[in-house]
Amino acid sequence: MSVDAVSVESRAAIRSGRQQDRNELLRELLHSKTFLIGAGILLFWIVAAALGPTLVPQSPYAQNLNAINRAPSGAHWFGTDQLGRDMFARVIVGARDVLIVAPLATLVGTVIGTGLGLTMGYFGGFTDTFISRFVEAFLALPVVIIAILGSVALGPGNGTVIAVIGVIFAPLIARTVRSAVLLERQLDYVAAARLRGEGPLYIMFVEILPNVLPPIVVEFTVRLGYAVFTIVTLTFLGFGIQPPSANWGLDISTNFGVVPAGYWWEVFFDALAIATLVVGVNMVANAVEQAFEP
Amino acid sequence: MAIFILKRVGLALVTLWILSVIVFFLGQILPGDPARAILGPLAAPNAVHALDQQLGTNRPVLTQYWSWISHFVHGDLGTSYTYDSAVGPLVWKALGHSLELAIVAFVVVVPLGILGGVWAALAAGKRRDRVISILGLSTTVLPELVTGIVLIVVFGIALNVLPFSATWPPGASLPTQLYHLILPAAVLVLILFGYIEQMARAGTIEALNSDYARTAILKGLPRRTVIRRHILRNSLLPTITVIATQVGYLIGGLVVVETLFHYQGIGSLIVNAATAKDFPMLEGGVLVIGIVYMVATLVADIVYTLLNPRIRFQAAE
Repeated sequence: MSVDAVSVESRAAIRSGRQQDRNELLRELLHSKTFLIGAGILLFWIVAAALGPTLVPQSPYAQNLNAINRAPSGAHWFGTDQLGRDMFARVIVGARDVLIVAPLATLVGTVIGTGLGLTMGYFGGFTDTFISRFVEAFLALPVVIIAILGSVALGPGNGTVIAVIGVIFAPLIARTVRSAVLLERQLDYVAAARLRGEGPLYIMFVEILPNVLPPIVVEFTVRLGYAVFTIVTLTFLGFGIQPPSANWGLDISTNFGVVPAGYWWEVFFDALAIATLVVGVNMVANAVEQAFEP
Repeated sequence: MAIFILKRVGLALVTLWILSVIVFFLGQILPGDPARAILGPLAAPNAVHALDQQLGTNRPVLTQYWSWISHFVHGDLGTSYTYDSAVGPLVWKALGHSLELAIVAFVVVVPLGILGGVWAALAAGKRRDRVISILGLSTTVLPELVTGIVLIVVFGIALNVLPFSATWPPGASLPTQLYHLILPAAVLVLILFGYIEQMARAGTIEALNSDYARTAILKGLPRRTVIRRHILRNSLLPTITVIATQVGYLIGGLVVVETLFHYQGIGSLIVNAATAKDFPMLEGGVLVIGIVYMVATLVADIVYTLLNPRIRFQAAE
């Protein structure tokens, strides 16, 4: 009886301690100018992604062959493309695809990577060496090249992009988690859990995981920026979502051919949109990284 | 030292072998029937069967892998499906083009990055430092696609001072070639600058705070001598490693830059091969890139060891 009482009390204490940590973290983030600006940019694009089609004056898919390749004006703020579609509408609505695919892909990578990292760090020895070798061979190729190989193997599309980015990020995240687990493994609470007779799965996911969460959160936000980068690049190269979807990378690749004719607005605003989103995500990631540093 | 190098080379070979397996399975086995992919979904089954027979893609997987890798080791990269000619010469030619572009970018960015980093570190915390660091970081996080388009629109279209296509007329002289490479190289320079600048800055600041730098200053050596003789030597070590790790990144960046600027390098070769489902070309190009990357990392490791007496003696023991 008394043993149970102690354990319940200490659990409550741990929970309130964690709550306190979280509040402090939040306070620090809200005081960081970098975080606020980055979060503002992100919020703008999230609203654009969620409400895009209802916000824009014209449909991003409505063609008007009487008004093709028009320069930016009052009627078309960002001009029109080769099919007379309104570029402003396409840029705003184009946020949706990236903002769904990027977090999903990063999440897939984080979940697989965390599982791998926990396994490598906890078991060590042969499992660790074996997986490490594969990870290293994989990392010997530039990300874009692996992504191209994956797209060829699975066919173009958003599902492929998510799978490919997830698989590429997994080893990178696994490396970070592994080194964090190596430190945790030597602590008393792990030995205590083992003496209590808990299985490895319980120790890895219930005991160790909550204690290595901070580096995982930092990895997630940092990787999110790279995910946007990679998605845009892959779509531009033709391995992502296919026409006529409104997507920044896709629009750049379809309209790129007419830029030498002077129709710069058909790619420029898409590039600008990518730039703001990438910078915004990176600012948030930077602030989170700093807030988590002891 | 010899043992250390041998060990590193051995490790690199193992990694390369695993890489070849990954590339082969991703490029050849996963996409399904190559003959079907080439001929399209409407082709007659016996035509597909005949092409499979001709390409040798109906043999067991292990036989296919063995014949591919044993030919590869002997320098035979196979036959391209789309060009119907040997992959090797095409890959080497493209690699040469990419190398030319990469060298132009490196020759500019390495001194620039080191100078920028040292210059920023000497004013650590002041406005000059902040401006350089923020500038470097912001150009580094932007995708090549964005930087490339902005440069093309500004310098190629609006100001109309530089060519936006990197392909020079046949038989062009070296200055003309370089002129065509300015914009694509600038994209790579902008992206790499931040990394190298950050490393050089961190190394310099660490060296500036060290005891030996303080001793040198206190014993009355002129500032220039301290910086040149004591600071630079130590701050450049980590920078060298970073430069080597950027080789892989650079090759990845080349894919987009070459596509954007219509340049016939290894990056655009891989993209075209992937789009056309030209598997031998794709696998050959990718494995060659893997080799280039491994060699670069290896050389960097060895150079770093040779330059750093602490590791040099440890390795010798």
